[in-house]
Amino acid sequence: MENLFELLVAAFLVIAGIFGIVGSFGLIKLNDPMSRLHAPTKATTLGVGGVLLASMLHAAAFEEHFSYHELMITLFLFLTAPITANFIAKVHIHRQETRETMPEAGGDDHWATHDTPEDEERRHAAHNPPAEE
Amino acid sequence: MIESAATFAFACFALAMLMNLWKVVTAPDVADRILALDTMFINAIALMVLYGMALGTEIFFEAAMIIAMLGFVSTVAYARFILRGNIIE
Repeated sequence: MENLFELLVAAFLVIAGIFGIVGSFGLIKLNDPMSRLHAPTKATTLGVGGVLLASMLHAAAFEEHFSYHELMITLFLFLTAPITANFIAKVHIHRQETRETMPEAGGDDHWATHDTPEDEERRHAAHNPPAEE
Repeated sequence: MIESAATFAFACFALAMLMNLWKVVTAPDVADRILALDTMFINAIALMVLYGMALGTEIFFEAAMIIAMLGFVSTVAYARFILRGNIIE
């Protein structure tokens, strides 16, 4: 039993290390900013998840107590990683792309993140027709 | 067995951090730089948890939690500053 837990912890650690290094290698290797965003946000988050799982298992199996700290860190990381990825993608969209270089948004309009104040007023007016006198 | 696995994980995350540092220096645009810095934060959390595991103490979990929060807030603040020229409007 002891041996099985040892094997599991070691396996989680090795998997986590590989994921972590793949994430950062993708960051320097991929050559398009939007595909570069994929590697760290997914692979590195998984790598940290593996380390935290290994740490939890280690505490439960060898130190005879259950550790909740890792659960909190995992939860926090998995909640915030998509938000930061969204913000970084938005920075890229606003600095490197224009309305013309973006893929088709569907319908006959552009993506809402490129709205100017006039566009917002137009949208608002379209959704709220003026009341009849 | 766990010792050698932990050493492997330490090496992997240390190398990953060096790669991130390289990317911070050579990034073509500020979005890539924010991304590399955010990845450095996440790798730092992994290294801290590994170190806490190797020493057998729990004191590093609080530090890892604080680093996670600081990383999230600073990434969002940086991105927001680039997007709007202001952090709290």
